[in-house]
Amino acid sequence: MTGQNANGARQATAAPDPQVPAIELRGISKAFGPVQANKGISMRVMPGTIHGIIGENGAGKSTLMSILYGFYKADAGEIMISGRPTVIPDSQAAIAAGIGMVFQHFKLVENFTVLENIILGVEGGGLLRPSLAKARAALKSLAEEYELNVDPDAVIEDIGVGQQQRVEILKALYRQADILILDEPTGVLTPAEADHLFRILRNLRDEGKTIILITHKLREIMEITDTVSVMRRGEMTATVKTTETSPEHLAELMVGRKVLLRVEKTPATPGKPVLEVDNLRVVDAAGVERLRGVSLNIRAGEVLGLAGVAGNGQSELLEVLGGMMPAAGQVLLNGQPIPLTGPHADGQSRRTAGIAHVPEDRQRKGLIMDYTAWENSVFGYHRDPAIGRGPLMRNAAILEHAQQQMQRFDVRPPNPRLAAKSFSGGNQQKVVLAREIERGPDLLLIGQPTRGVDIGAIEFIHQQIIALRDAGKAILLVSVELDEIMALSDRIAVIFDGRIMGEVAADQASAQELGLMMAGVATGKAA
Amino acid sequence: MERMPKWADVVLIPLISLLLAAVISGLVILAIGEDPINALNLMVKGALGSTYGWGYTLYYATNFLFTGLAVAVAFHARLFNIGGEGQAMLGGLGVALVCLYLPWPHWSLALLAATGGAALFGAAWAFLPAILQAKRGSHIVITTIMFNFIAAAFLNWLLVGPLKPRGAMDPSTARFPEAVHLPSLHEILAPLGISFSKAAPANVSFLVGILACILVWALIWRTRLGYEIRAFGHSEPAARYAGISPTKITVITMLISGGLAGMMAINNVMGEAERLVLNATEGAGFIGIAVALMGRSHPFGVFLAAILFGFLYQGGAELALWTNIPRELIIVIQALVILFTGALDNMVRMPLERLFMALRRRRA
Amino acid sequence: MDLLTVLQVLDSTVRLATPLLLACLAGLFSERAGIFDIGLEGKMLAAAFFSAAIAAVTGSVWIGLGAGILASLSLSGLHGLASITFRGNQLISGVAINFLAAGLTVLIAQSWFQQGGRTPALLSGGRFGGITLPGAEALREVPVLGPIYYELISGHSILVYVAFACVPLTWWILYRTRFGLRLRAVGENPEAVDTAGISVIRLRYAAVLICGLLCGIAGAYLATALQAGFVQDMTAGRGYIALAALIFAKWRPWQALYATLLFGFLQAIALRYQNLDLGFFTLPVQAMDALPYILTVVILAGFIGKAVPPRAGGEPYVKER
Repeated sequence: MTGQNANGARQATAAPDPQVPAIELRGISKAFGPVQANKGISMRVMPGTIHGIIGENGAGKSTLMSILYGFYKADAGEIMISGRPTVIPDSQAAIAAGIGMVFQHFKLVENFTVLENIILGVEGGGLLRPSLAKARAALKSLAEEYELNVDPDAVIEDIGVGQQQRVEILKALYRQADILILDEPTGVLTPAEADHLFRILRNLRDEGKTIILITHKLREIMEITDTVSVMRRGEMTATVKTTETSPEHLAELMVGRKVLLRVEKTPATPGKPVLEVDNLRVVDAAGVERLRGVSLNIRAGEVLGLAGVAGNGQSELLEVLGGMMPAAGQVLLNGQPIPLTGPHADGQSRRTAGIAHVPEDRQRKGLIMDYTAWENSVFGYHRDPAIGRGPLMRNAAILEHAQQQMQRFDVRPPNPRLAAKSFSGGNQQKVVLAREIERGPDLLLIGQPTRGVDIGAIEFIHQQIIALRDAGKAILLVSVELDEIMALSDRIAVIFDGRIMGEVAADQASAQELGLMMAGVATGKAA
Repeated sequence: MERMPKWADVVLIPLISLLLAAVISGLVILAIGEDPINALNLMVKGALGSTYGWGYTLYYATNFLFTGLAVAVAFHARLFNIGGEGQAMLGGLGVALVCLYLPWPHWSLALLAATGGAALFGAAWAFLPAILQAKRGSHIVITTIMFNFIAAAFLNWLLVGPLKPRGAMDPSTARFPEAVHLPSLHEILAPLGISFSKAAPANVSFLVGILACILVWALIWRTRLGYEIRAFGHSEPAARYAGISPTKITVITMLISGGLAGMMAINNVMGEAERLVLNATEGAGFIGIAVALMGRSHPFGVFLAAILFGFLYQGGAELALWTNIPRELIIVIQALVILFTGALDNMVRMPLERLFMALRRRRA
Repeated sequence: MDLLTVLQVLDSTVRLATPLLLACLAGLFSERAGIFDIGLEGKMLAAAFFSAAIAAVTGSVWIGLGAGILASLSLSGLHGLASITFRGNQLISGVAINFLAAGLTVLIAQSWFQQGGRTPALLSGGRFGGITLPGAEALREVPVLGPIYYELISGHSILVYVAFACVPLTWWILYRTRFGLRLRAVGENPEAVDTAGISVIRLRYAAVLICGLLCGIAGAYLATALQAGFVQDMTAGRGYIALAALIFAKWRPWQALYATLLFGFLQAIALRYQNLDLGFFTLPVQAMDALPYILTVVILAGFIGKAVPPRAGGEPYVKER
């Protein structure tokens, strides 16, 4: 690598001593108020390896990495980089220590070019022109070395997420990072893009870089890592060689007990069609066509799973059906057309018509985080004549009802006077789910039902979905977790770039086939 | 877990903020060579020491009650209505038209109609900024400020032109007829055997203001509309999810807000001046911002804050009369209250939260 | 209308546009860094008062200018404290600053000068006089170009030339320097700046202080160049109009120049033609007074192009939890 050393102080990449850990953590602890996010974590990452860190949501993986990158200060513990004790008070220090981080949500300036993003913070002089020229040359050599091709003059908002991720990796390499941390890097990638990423990571490793991969996907761990550490509830429970473990074993370590990856259910007995969507089209504010003629139908008593990589139109489909976004095309509910534009294409009308909606982003949409649980228990149904008189709401009655509902759905703590923000993700989801299925809708739209939800609540939520199906309701399930789609659905449709790529019966679907369709490759069975 | 008890949030923080504002105001008074203790004495005596003082204090408080409620209602929808001043000016026009051009047999009917007229004109003045915010994303803070300037120019034109009686010198409307004279506190309290200053302008509008507080409280916390307004204020995406139209809520909230600001005119125009004069609002629309922030956007808090500012206003007038401290001192105090209760809230809150956390830890 | 009238109106346009331009560029620095500032008005007002007051006392307009800038900078510091350090609401902070300036200026003016909230009228040493550019007298007689040079380009105070020079300078800083790159980045995505190891707080304070500096010059210009002394509320909404111009200019320096010249032109017209006779209808003076404000609303309504503000504007930066 050419020597554009960002900080001057650090030596250019030397051949790492294979016996000294690139990173060693000793007894790292971190608490946020009463929550102990990291408890006495010790870990060694050997140089020139890909080290996976796996754990459930909230296990403390991101906190640990934020400490390593200088975002948080650990309450206790020690960090050694290549055998030297190192204090990392801020990102600047992390960069100087040779650590590069690729966050789950990219930290790029959207209206800057690739080149401008890369030099930000390491311009190396007061004027931009020489800095940009230098970066351009360095970028070219990096691209050749590691298969990291990006147009240096492209503006970030115009390029795809896969490319944006490469820019993030390039940023780290340009800063001469020897240690690269990637946080859930494949969440927004198609399987093909993920493969490309893994190729890049292997290249980097072979060049002597150390890579830490944070993920909750067992498959990725098995595929690419050399070593894997498992985190559970803020603790590091095990570190094993990847070749000496199995997915089942890792899952058990993650959760702390045997996990039921399958959902118990009987075959569906579909009835009459409830939802018929025909040629649905949506153009967003920026003029991009998000849905390009989507057609699908769901019958009473079945779950249609919609698989796809995030950002391929599934969110828009949910929002159109939920009345949050206008669209063109036709949608029939129980044989009757529902309006897709105008004042009656709103959430209120949809609910009256019998469509309930558990949105993908419950914290931003499904709940008002500052409202109490009882106030949230009628959110969206607050115009229902039954809960008030004329313009007034009967708060006492709503409160009492919410209390009962919370007990039925095992929401903890069962106190309806607490604000939604003071519940855990799983309990928040239960509040939303309870509200949406209580009125017996004909159709339930449910997006990412278990995102950010702990394992115990996942099982409960899955059971509720199946129970609703068995009660003869139609369910549209959207999830980026293929395992969840395969476990719950009766039929699976795959969406790619605003189009339905194909549809298969769940009991005949293979992950491989679905993965191909998610990447835009139509298969023989496509509808 | 809450970081500190609710009472600290609701009572302690505004009080500390007020104290800070008071201390700095005292320093300002010192800096211009006056004695702050003496000033405070004068203010208390002038504003609260007699029924005359109280009559003025309550009169000003009535103005601030309406404008404070106006700002508070908009705050609940996370809209910042700085246009209370212009809306109150237009409210004055509504009152003047009702009182001048319609015959009234009794003041009570006139008050009803004038309240309606004031609210209608105030709301109308808020409508355009509201619709522009909702439909075009025009920043409501700047548009409402612009509408204050436009309102001032408009009223200026009306009062030196079309509305000025022939031959009159002052830029103002004709005097309202005797029939629309609102009973002052003196006239209301006299039958009850309570003597109250005859010269003070506090009048029956104060009671209307209290009624408005109660109605606003019911609107915000007891009605479906209030539920929607608050939900929209907390999160617009969530509001859309729940089928609450952002456009509709923005417009309705601003109409209510503008209407409340306009209703101030029944106090200053109908109750006190009994004609519409130039610059009748005297900045009361802006004081509403401080009142709403200080009162934490709760109608009861607004009530207390309005009384406080009524006291400051009347006390400030007394100061200007007896010392070299000009009335603009009140603008400084108002600015400091807005600064501490609004913008520097965290400066007061963060150490206090730390204190409560430490206290709790010691107890545990 | 003859050439001379046109030139006089344009000359007045330049003079009236100058404070708007300075304030607009001030806002540009602040808002490009993600800090909304509706306190331009107050900062200008405070600077206007202190520059006039100190110039009146010392007899030196330069010391006056320094005092004005200092006053504006302190209010900027306050805005920074509220909106950067304590992550308060930037709009409310701006409003508070405007009232603070409106109240304090009169309070102090009264205490110092006892002239009903004014400063004494400034004599020549306390004012920025016009500068006659080289050759202006000589070229005066050259047809067309001569009068343009003499009337329009020459003869302004130094601050006018400073203001116009600030336009290319701002452009250069913004698009050609490291500081500009970082400034634009922090207004779009402070997280990107933070993870790149740059202090968001320091950058934003720098931007806010530049804003204070420019507002200070704008205020001083009002009281010591455009007029001879301070009067109550002499900014008359210019801070808000500058903000509207900033939006109209889509937060870009050259466009800021054009937008403020347009507003300056409107004010010049209103000043020259009190009642504008349109033949069939005479526009009253109040309508002319209201015109800049009405135009501001029309511009904000986006009927003349839609503007996208800096994405992180108005939001305090909190490291993700």
